[in-house]
Amino acid sequence: MHVRDLSKQYLIGSGAPVMYGNLRERLAGLGPALLRRLRLLRRSTKGADPGELIWALREVSFDIRPGEVVGLIGRNGAGKSTLLKVLSRITAPSAGYIEFTGRVGSLLEVGTGFHAELSGRENIFLNGAILGMRRAEIVAKLDAIVEFAEIERFVDTPVKHFSSGMYVRLAFAVAAHMETEILLVDEVLAVGDLAFQRKCLGKMGEVARSGRTVVFVSHNMGSIARLCDRGLVLDEGCLIFDGQVDSAIARYNDTFAGPESGPAAQRHVLFDETPGQAERFAVSRVEVLDTSGRPMPAPHTWDDVVLRVHCRCLDRIRGGVVLEVRHASGPRVLYLSTEPDRGQPVVLERGAWSVDCTVRRLPLGAGEYYVGVGLTIPGVENLWHRAEVGRMLVLPRDVYGSGQAPDAARGLVVPEYDWSPPRRT
Amino acid sequence: MSTTAEAVPAVVPEEAHRVLRVEPGATRSLGLGEIWRYRELLYFLTWRDVKVRYKQTALGASWAVIQPLMTMVVFTIFFGKLARMPSDDIPYPLFSYAGLLPWTYFAQVVGASATSVVGSSNLITKVYFPRMVIPGASALAALVDFAMAFAVLLVLLAAYHFHPALDYQVSLRWSLLLLPLFLLMAMATALGVGLWLAAVNVRYRDVRHVVPFIIQFWLFATPVIYPSSLLQGQWRLVIYALNPMVGVVEGFRWGLFGLVPRGGMVWVSALVTVTVLVSGAFYFRRMERIFADLI
Repeated sequence: MHVRDLSKQYLIGSGAPVMYGNLRERLAGLGPALLRRLRLLRRSTKGADPGELIWALREVSFDIRPGEVVGLIGRNGAGKSTLLKVLSRITAPSAGYIEFTGRVGSLLEVGTGFHAELSGRENIFLNGAILGMRRAEIVAKLDAIVEFAEIERFVDTPVKHFSSGMYVRLAFAVAAHMETEILLVDEVLAVGDLAFQRKCLGKMGEVARSGRTVVFVSHNMGSIARLCDRGLVLDEGCLIFDGQVDSAIARYNDTFAGPESGPAAQRHVLFDETPGQAERFAVSRVEVLDTSGRPMPAPHTWDDVVLRVHCRCLDRIRGGVVLEVRHASGPRVLYLSTEPDRGQPVVLERGAWSVDCTVRRLPLGAGEYYVGVGLTIPGVENLWHRAEVGRMLVLPRDVYGSGQAPDAARGLVVPEYDWSPPRRT
Repeated sequence: MSTTAEAVPAVVPEEAHRVLRVEPGATRSLGLGEIWRYRELLYFLTWRDVKVRYKQTALGASWAVIQPLMTMVVFTIFFGKLARMPSDDIPYPLFSYAGLLPWTYFAQVVGASATSVVGSSNLITKVYFPRMVIPGASALAALVDFAMAFAVLLVLLAAYHFHPALDYQVSLRWSLLLLPLFLLMAMATALGVGLWLAAVNVRYRDVRHVVPFIIQFWLFATPVIYPSSLLQGQWRLVIYALNPMVGVVEGFRWGLFGLVPRGGMVWVSALVTVTVLVSGAFYFRRMERIFADLI
């Protein structure tokens, strides 16, 4: 697969005639709206108003060899979905070209075209045909699909009577049995309950190892690291990195520091803000460092990590510094406090201070976490608190030596543990 | 490797080694070869439309028959009996039903295909396939209703033939062989109009509101209620036949009752049909590249 100078332009914004004009026109009646519309159309075709045009993709070029498994990563809005849509031919590029050898299958969602009134079996055929499978192929794989989805008893029941779990299992099962030479997959793999999610991931791994070309988009760095050898990082429509997957994930993490936090040297800084004059106490900066004080933008699982909190006091304060780490999906995983938990009240005089919190063997699975910080006088008041001052990415590391780095989708906490050999009881 | 994957023989399609190039700019071809490769999808979408259409309805598929039949009864009462509309010496119920048969098909396909693409936005934004398959499936699915309505026509013809009180004798004519041809023409016309409307509807959702009007006015411009023999003069006929459904309806009556259309009306209509279909297909092809962005 060759991609050259691929670009895609969209019209957006208040005057977007293409996207939103219809509704307005219908509401506003005919005459004046039509005239306005024609004017807008003329203007937009001239491309004169740059405010209405955005480049979702800018001159993206790369080659993918047969059998490669490539992870496509980037922030929300970086252009991943657009690239996937252009690659899967759902939408046409504005410039550049793509050349494919072989059939292209795209999985941008599971269960595309499922019809509630049709039975499980009928939907397998319909969905399969929509995904580009041949009838003969579907017939050959029908049993495998039904078995994989674990819906043997309900194959002839309309899917509207399915539980949502059965529905997504069936949808994934059809998709997982596509056999195109090139497969484009958006974050669809983790569906259903935990057991089935594991099965989905297993199936994706199998697909990845089967020698087919796979382009895989996900926000779950753990699965990207596990499934892919190579990573492409998109940022603001540009391909900013193409190479080994671990480096790609690190580069991806860097994109988050982005313009707010300034130059690359600053990317370990989660938070940087000049405190207001009215606050008695304020946190001014939070950094992620290694134990020798060097910046560490994205620690790996089980790295020794130092979280340094800089703050400023206007008068003498005796309280507890609290660091919180939440996983992107919500739950708080770490609560690190001088007080109440460690019984080490911090006494700060007027001036600027910094305190370090060292976490040895950071016990977090690979994934995306948010760091919060606060200063509290236990039982009295919260002097300062932000539930989220910045985002910290934990990179995968195969700490158990199993060939699979534990990620947050498995379990947020990655403890040191051992199993005994089985004993007869 | 799982055992299930090994048990299934791999299907290696012929296009496994084709090189496909995707680039911007208008396509010049209609992509008929690709539609052919996706014929199974066309089949499944048609099959879904047919299967789903009368699900959870009390009368089910009989709706396909009730609609033209009831319209025929109403027309017969108001136009045949009260207004004494001439019907070229054919019993008015047969006359109007023979016109309603292709008309109902046409109206159904135009209505369905005009909104079909927008209605399939969930597919269009998620999967690639030649989009023409969608209105195509609408045109094919309506054939099932047509077949049922046609069966009723046969019953009507038999009733007239064998009932002594009704003075019309059906005879087997060679012209019956023309019916499939005119059915094809009805399909082509309906699909042509449907392609135009479906593509325009993606950008201008006004189409949805306009289609019922179009269909209503179009009915009066088509000799369903009245015979085209009310019109005189060669030029008037030619202009009249610019409505391709004129040729279709005249063709059906020709096939069924042996009423040969006058003055090359069928040819004029056929020419318009081809124009509408080809231009509709090209317009659709041109627009389909941006469907996913607009929908």
